[in-house]
Amino acid sequence: MSLLIQYTILYASVLILVALGGCFSEHSGVINLGLEGIMVMGALGGALTMKYLIGYPPVVIVILTILAAAVTGLVFSALLAVACINFKADQTIVGTALNMLGLAAATVIVKAINIAENPDNVSSTVQYIAQKKAFLVNIGGFDFNWMMLVALVILIAAYIVLYKTKFGLRLMACGEHPQAADSVGINVYKMRWSGVLISGVLGGLGGIMYIIAGASEWQFEAGVAGFGFLALAVMIFGQWKPHRIALAALLFGLFRALASVYSGFDFLLSLQLSGSIYKMMPYIISLIVLALTSKRSRAPKAEGIPYEKGQR
Amino acid sequence: MNKEKRSLLKNDGVQSFIASIICILLGLLLGYVVLLFINPAGAGEAITSLVKNFFNYPNTTIALKYFGSTLVKTAPLLMCSLSILFAYKVGLFNIGAAGQYAFGAGIAIYAALAWQLPWWVCLLLAMAAGAVLGTISGILKSYCNVNEVISGIMLNWITLYAMNDLLTNVKESASPYTMHIESVSPQSIMPTLGLDTLFSNNQYVTISIPISIIIAIIVYIVMEKTKFGYELKATGFNKNAAKYCGMAEKRNTILTLLIGGGLAGLGAGLFYLTGFEQWSCGQSAVPAMGFNGIAAAFLGGLNPIGSIFSSYFIQHITVGGAYLDKSMYCTQISDLISSIIIYLCGFVLFMKFVMNNIAAKREEKAKAAAKAAEQEGGNE
Repeated sequence: MSLLIQYTILYASVLILVALGGCFSEHSGVINLGLEGIMVMGALGGALTMKYLIGYPPVVIVILTILAAAVTGLVFSALLAVACINFKADQTIVGTALNMLGLAAATVIVKAINIAENPDNVSSTVQYIAQKKAFLVNIGGFDFNWMMLVALVILIAAYIVLYKTKFGLRLMACGEHPQAADSVGINVYKMRWSGVLISGVLGGLGGIMYIIAGASEWQFEAGVAGFGFLALAVMIFGQWKPHRIALAALLFGLFRALASVYSGFDFLLSLQLSGSIYKMMPYIISLIVLALTSKRSRAPKAEGIPYEKGQR
Repeated sequence: MNKEKRSLLKNDGVQSFIASIICILLGLLLGYVVLLFINPAGAGEAITSLVKNFFNYPNTTIALKYFGSTLVKTAPLLMCSLSILFAYKVGLFNIGAAGQYAFGAGIAIYAALAWQLPWWVCLLLAMAAGAVLGTISGILKSYCNVNEVISGIMLNWITLYAMNDLLTNVKESASPYTMHIESVSPQSIMPTLGLDTLFSNNQYVTISIPISIIIAIIVYIVMEKTKFGYELKATGFNKNAAKYCGMAEKRNTILTLLIGGGLAGLGAGLFYLTGFEQWSCGQSAVPAMGFNGIAAAFLGGLNPIGSIFSSYFIQHITVGGAYLDKSMYCTQISDLISSIIIYLCGFVLFMKFVMNNIAAKREEKAKAAAKAAEQEGGNE
């Protein structure tokens, strides 16, 4: 049972981070479908940092890994920002391209490193068994992960930034009615850039958290299994509001966690379902939930529409 | 003569062509730079062997055989790209093509191995399977307001796991792969009609290739020359205006994704019923065909005929990736190049804008020159 709770919180934290990333981007008016690719790149940045930080004190490992994941996510999301904001590219195409680019680039980079170390090693796996332990603190049988705290802090910060600061309110104005925002002197391009870059940072953090959640090594060819899109479903279910996103993430996290730990429950095993059913669960649930809730969705009005100064 | 040149640059088809060429060249260039970073020693050789693909074989008979294999893999890619561009013209982004393809593949293989049905029945079942999945996305989109991209991705993963489970029933006992269709059920393999002899007896070269090209032409005719295609495109341009004009916009959305799904499913049938490849039941990712279809669709300028060539090109470099020196590089370099190309396709609108500007400037200059010449003539 405690294992189920632990995994639920772990995956919920990942979803909270990434969904909040999507939330910032969409509130600024840019649909970020590239979160999946951003997660992969963030995970890559973090994993490589851990790989080379052998024998450092845990604090250093944790801080540097988090920083590296955030920075790679940020840099990668800039590709989306420049195409969609400055060149007015189709946000769906660029987002999809980013997903494929993230996956391909991460695989190529990891394989290049592995081959350079040992020509016989053609896998796309990065190991970080010892370094991962730096993230964990055992509190009475419960493996507390520092990333959980990071997710909680960011959740609170996101709520405050969006609703209680000038920046957040201006950001949301750009997603609702950019022309009006522009008319009162807000730089829409700057706001949208910040929205996308914040989503890059949060997506990167979500990525590194996802790969240290269950494993001590990661095969980058596999990517993050649609988690970026699950996070978008969480965001829609959460109606683009941080506190609701947190609740939605807990629900989805629970179903994802079941896929990892179902074999530990006798009554689930006695149902004799194939493991695939549990793997499908998060996606089926998200489809049902979206079908039931999307009708009255409160999406930012101007999301997906490139802003052109001077256009009415 | 100058006048012709101007109108040429303003022509939409020419603009799309130039933009695609720019995307390809930039994509290859960036791929080369990546190769240089990984290992500068073999980069030049690597990029040429990637572009050469089957030309790497000096023997024409063998080269012809591998050319056939590239074509076999082009047919499903073309179908996926048709699926995506068809939906895109109606304003829908059918990223679920990957799942529809996987569903079609699973059903085609299962029908062939478990029921040993003739090839054309398997093919139709594959098409129906893809269409069902597309219809689900369509209904969710038009009645529940669920973004088709998100429902598509969810369905992709659900389908992958479901197909892995389904096909485990017909897999070989010693490997994760499904049984060979030609040995279990020869009537489920598509006929070659003598096409194989054209490609050094490559048994996998079947009627799948001409079928896919004919379907590309049909899609072109439906989109450009029929009332049905016009209605669909009108729905894509402006849903509310289409509704106002009495077009059933909800029905059109569902119908579009149904057809898109059918195309992707059929593509899977066209590939797996050649027996070229078996399904691996331990697959942890949806087959990349559907996603590469996005690249092919946009690279082809969203034109079914253009797609024929762009699909071939994408498949050419994907297969060409296998010829890289494995002690230095990995085959995923070609995935990287095609994803860079898709990213660059996002800039096509901007490139067209620049081309239009150049054309307009030239026109202005020519006009000014003509005017000046006229005035001079008047002065004399």
